[in-house]
Amino acid sequence: MAATTAPAARKLPIAKAINESLRAAMEADPKVLVMGEDVGKLGGVFRVTDGLQKDFGEERVIDTPLAESGIVGTAIGMALRGYRPVVEIQFDGFVFPAYDQIVTQLAKMHARALGKVKVPVVIRIPYAGGIGAVEHHSESPEALFAHVAGLKCVSPSNSADAYWMLRQAIECDDPVIFFEPKRRYWEKGEVDPAAIPGPLHQAKVAKEGTALTLAAYGPMVKVCLEAAAAAEEEGNSLEVVDLRSISPIDFDTVQRSVEKTRRLVTVHEAPVFLGSGAEVAARLTERCFYHLEAPVLRVGGFHAPYPPARLEDEYLPGLDRVLDAVDRALAY
Amino acid sequence: MTVESTAAREEARRSGTGGKRAAASGEPSTSRSASPGGGKGRAAQGAGNKQGAAKKKPAAKKAPAKSGKQAKGSAAQPGGDDFVQLLTPEGERVHHPSYDVDLSDEELRGLYRDMVLTRRFDAEATSLQRQGELGLWASLLGQEAAQIGSGRALRTDDYVFPTYREHGVAWCRDVDPTLLLGMFRGVNNGGWDPNTNNFHLYTIVIGSQVLHATGYAMGVAKDGADSAVVAYFGDGASSQGDVAEAFTFASVYNAPVVFFCQNNQWAISEPTDRQTRVPIYRRADGFGFPGVRVDGNDVLACLAVTKAAVERARTGEGPMLIEAFTYRMGAHTTSDDPTRYRTDEEHASWEAKDPIARLRGYLEREGRADEAYFAAVEEESEAMGKHVREAIRTMPDPDTMAIFENVYADGHALVDEERAQFARYLSSFADAPAAGSTQGGH
Repeated sequence: MAATTAPAARKLPIAKAINESLRAAMEADPKVLVMGEDVGKLGGVFRVTDGLQKDFGEERVIDTPLAESGIVGTAIGMALRGYRPVVEIQFDGFVFPAYDQIVTQLAKMHARALGKVKVPVVIRIPYAGGIGAVEHHSESPEALFAHVAGLKCVSPSNSADAYWMLRQAIECDDPVIFFEPKRRYWEKGEVDPAAIPGPLHQAKVAKEGTALTLAAYGPMVKVCLEAAAAAEEEGNSLEVVDLRSISPIDFDTVQRSVEKTRRLVTVHEAPVFLGSGAEVAARLTERCFYHLEAPVLRVGGFHAPYPPARLEDEYLPGLDRVLDAVDRALAY
Repeated sequence: MTVESTAAREEARRSGTGGKRAAASGEPSTSRSASPGGGKGRAAQGAGNKQGAAKKKPAAKKAPAKSGKQAKGSAAQPGGDDFVQLLTPEGERVHHPSYDVDLSDEELRGLYRDMVLTRRFDAEATSLQRQGELGLWASLLGQEAAQIGSGRALRTDDYVFPTYREHGVAWCRDVDPTLLLGMFRGVNNGGWDPNTNNFHLYTIVIGSQVLHATGYAMGVAKDGADSAVVAYFGDGASSQGDVAEAFTFASVYNAPVVFFCQNNQWAISEPTDRQTRVPIYRRADGFGFPGVRVDGNDVLACLAVTKAAVERARTGEGPMLIEAFTYRMGAHTTSDDPTRYRTDEEHASWEAKDPIARLRGYLEREGRADEAYFAAVEEESEAMGKHVREAIRTMPDPDTMAIFENVYADGHALVDEERAQFARYLSSFADAPAAGSTQGGH
């Protein structure tokens, strides 16, 4: 109902949807701040914060010194003062100087204070590969954060989710690591600012199917949808679950899907070993042991540094690698 | 506007920072620097100062330089105007050209009482660790003046970010001392509400809190408030990148934060010369704000310099670094053995500079406190010891399910699931005795 009278349902690229989301959050709450390297005049290296400093001023859209630990550490201090900082880490591989502040301080502060303080800091990280970048610009470190109690980790795969999930992350009283699929920044999807979004950490069935479930998030959802379309031509009906959240993971939605399809393949860019797919596999094996017709298979990156750009097409799980795992699972 | 802020501004001018920088950059403190007298941000300052002044009435004076007494030059302790001392180890009152305080007898006695009670609390905690009531204790013995002097320079609306050794500062902030024991006993990892006394949780990983203090101060500036924020850290932490980054952020945003470094000469077993080749206070030069070294065993000097630093912060002149030159008389913690790395001679040389003895000597010589007063403080400290012992022995262990509490503010499905599973597991044990030992596993 509200959706049909929405003032401005528009097709937006993911980057612009995030920009609009930040803008709406800043308009709604004067305590929301944006901070990071080059987020001001430049609008960020991906232009995600384009125009925000012009409209909200240097007091709220803060160009920071080039020191990630300092960015997150001061954001924690501002959150303790009552602000809601949205921090941009310029690239995935640059987050590690801030890892100590995130893991040791940000994640634990609410518990250490026995619930007396809240640290609602959002850390946006453009992550994963596929843009032909140099070293340290293509990594998928989400498991390193999801493993830490006190943090929440999400990753949208499309424009509508990018808009709404960021709004929800900013409104959340917990620290949220917001992983943005940088190679999808320019892909368009409809965003309806008047829609009523579902819960932040709820997975969604992106495509229904019957023979096997593909569970993915962020940049790999599109690959899985393409794989499902290709499989359809071969007569195999695949269901695609967009996890959306990596901490917590909505195992219930995956379980419902697997109880129907009886087969599960997890897909992410991050290395397979100890990745989020391993957690999904373990949990779903436990929950659906008697439903499964095949072991849960995992598709992902290798236990090797992210390769130079000219090898990334081979390194990244593509449609063929996903379908190879699908074939192996269906062969059981 | 007090006299001491004028002194502080001179510091600022010397180093080329302060209000001018804020005005030039226009970020983020324009509202403050644009309204030195009547702006909304700093308008409250007059009232605030009055409040603080009524309590302590400190006033920096232009005192004749060089009393000759302050230059106790030795390898371990510097002298001259670069070393702010107002009370010699012998308890003689001296003056410094830039920093001074003028305290009533009552205020002087109050500082003495604060130090004695803090030392007593600390000694009590060390004993309780030896008795097995605490798992660990980090003693502040020897650092009472640095902590009481700086702590008493603050207003209630100021905010403190401590390490894990700031028991004296906690005392000044009116934090119930027994609350400090919880984490050392192992019943919690913090245990007090930081906003009750504007005293943040103890921070164990060294240096991290200096960034939090800086960010908090940036928030204070955004709010247009005139509170100051104090970050405590030590000589060891001065090597941490987070401290350097905090200096950078505080400097470029002109944040109202005071960096209070207690250089107690030892980072566990490593002497300060393993951390730095220049005196720590001089690091401020490179970041563009003033740094001052103060006799950390002189409570008057610590009070005077911290007063000046928070005044700078309040009036939009930005950060300042204070190096309180002191000594950790005890072990790093109760798990440490300092006899492995430092000499009795060094210890004895610092014993001669004891912060409490020197203030007592001054009070006695000047007739500002009598025997009855000292006896009353002693009695109070006995009572406090008793209270602390009783409190710790009756401190309850946390409920098992507290493991899952406050992990998230807005909840988390996995925590909920694991809490329920663990509760079921525990209740299976509760049933076990009644069901006998034959209860099968599953």
